[in-house]
Amino acid sequence: MAQLTLPENSKIDRTAGKQHKAPAGAKNIRIFKIYRYDPDTQANPRVDSYEVDMDSCGPMVLDALIKIKNEIDSSLTFRRSCREGICGSCAMNIDGTNTLACTKSCDEVKGDVKIYPLPHMPVVKDLVPDLTHFYAQYASVEPWLKTDTPAPTRERLQSEEDRAKLDGLYECILCACCTTSCPSYWWNGDRYLGPAVLMASYRWLVDSRDEATGERLDQLEDPFKLYRCHTIMNCAKTCPKGLNPAKAIAETKKMLIERKG
Amino acid sequence: MSLRSPLGQARGLGSAKDGVGHWWLQRLTALALIPLSLWFVYSLVRFPLTDYETMVAWIKAPLVAVALVLFFAAAFLHAALGVQVVIEDYVGGEGKKLLSIVIAKFVLYALGVASIFAVLKIAFGA
Repeated sequence: MAQLTLPENSKIDRTAGKQHKAPAGAKNIRIFKIYRYDPDTQANPRVDSYEVDMDSCGPMVLDALIKIKNEIDSSLTFRRSCREGICGSCAMNIDGTNTLACTKSCDEVKGDVKIYPLPHMPVVKDLVPDLTHFYAQYASVEPWLKTDTPAPTRERLQSEEDRAKLDGLYECILCACCTTSCPSYWWNGDRYLGPAVLMASYRWLVDSRDEATGERLDQLEDPFKLYRCHTIMNCAKTCPKGLNPAKAIAETKKMLIERKG
Repeated sequence: MSLRSPLGQARGLGSAKDGVGHWWLQRLTALALIPLSLWFVYSLVRFPLTDYETMVAWIKAPLVAVALVLFFAAAFLHAALGVQVVIEDYVGGEGKKLLSIVIAKFVLYALGVASIFAVLKIAFGA
């Protein structure tokens, strides 16, 4: 259901933000405005402001976050792991767009760097959203090879053309940037599977080795699970890996039309 | 706060195994409405709307009457399908949602039938 305003206890308290000044002598200063929420206090979220000396900081937004945590404020909480855009942990809303902090350069942002958690998700702490439902939805499409034919004694063969169909799909790292940028997912995320999960599902629908295509389509054919997609395209626009989940969803709809005849 | 497992919540009531018909009909009616609505607007601009006799004579022409019936059928069907999607998107609570859809469909189907009936009455009238 559409929820156009935040609940009272999630509204940002604009007066509570703390200011952290750069050390004296710093010349190249950037200001990072970061969403802070601490579940251990009863306080509403706030936005803290950190002055970072960019002369002693790496180029990426993640470098700045790590510098802030190491040198300015150790209570700042965020997920990160690989620092090279392959694990998807550091997905967050930077400068108004969902992306990976590790592949987003500070130079790409004009003015202050505003950092919020992924939109419309429950916040565990600071920049850490609760992705439990997102992962459960991923599990619900059973994203693994399903066959009835007994397993062969060697590899399952696939032609080069069929393998090429998986390009642009298998690269998804499940960072949830697309799903949390989708208005349909904001309003009906309890039932709508969202772009990332639907693309993961399509990755198995077009896999020539999979034998459960019909079953998978049965599971997807639903006004809410699939047809909440209205081709808004935020998913394709925001994907930090340059993938196009909207196209995968459109192809799934085409498969359903083809099946119906 | 539900103690149901995340996977149980994600699966919910399962797939309705329905929706492709709704989606396809919405596209088909949209496609049909491209020429029909262009023709309808063109006709309205071309004929003096205030002249009762001219309008009745125009609607009485068999091809015009058929096209008008098709236009109203496609337009109101398309509207009913579209409004349903909008309500499903934005109206929360199963009760409110169902009631809104029922009211919208009753109103739009009634308007559609009334429009088509009006065209037929003129077309078949003396």
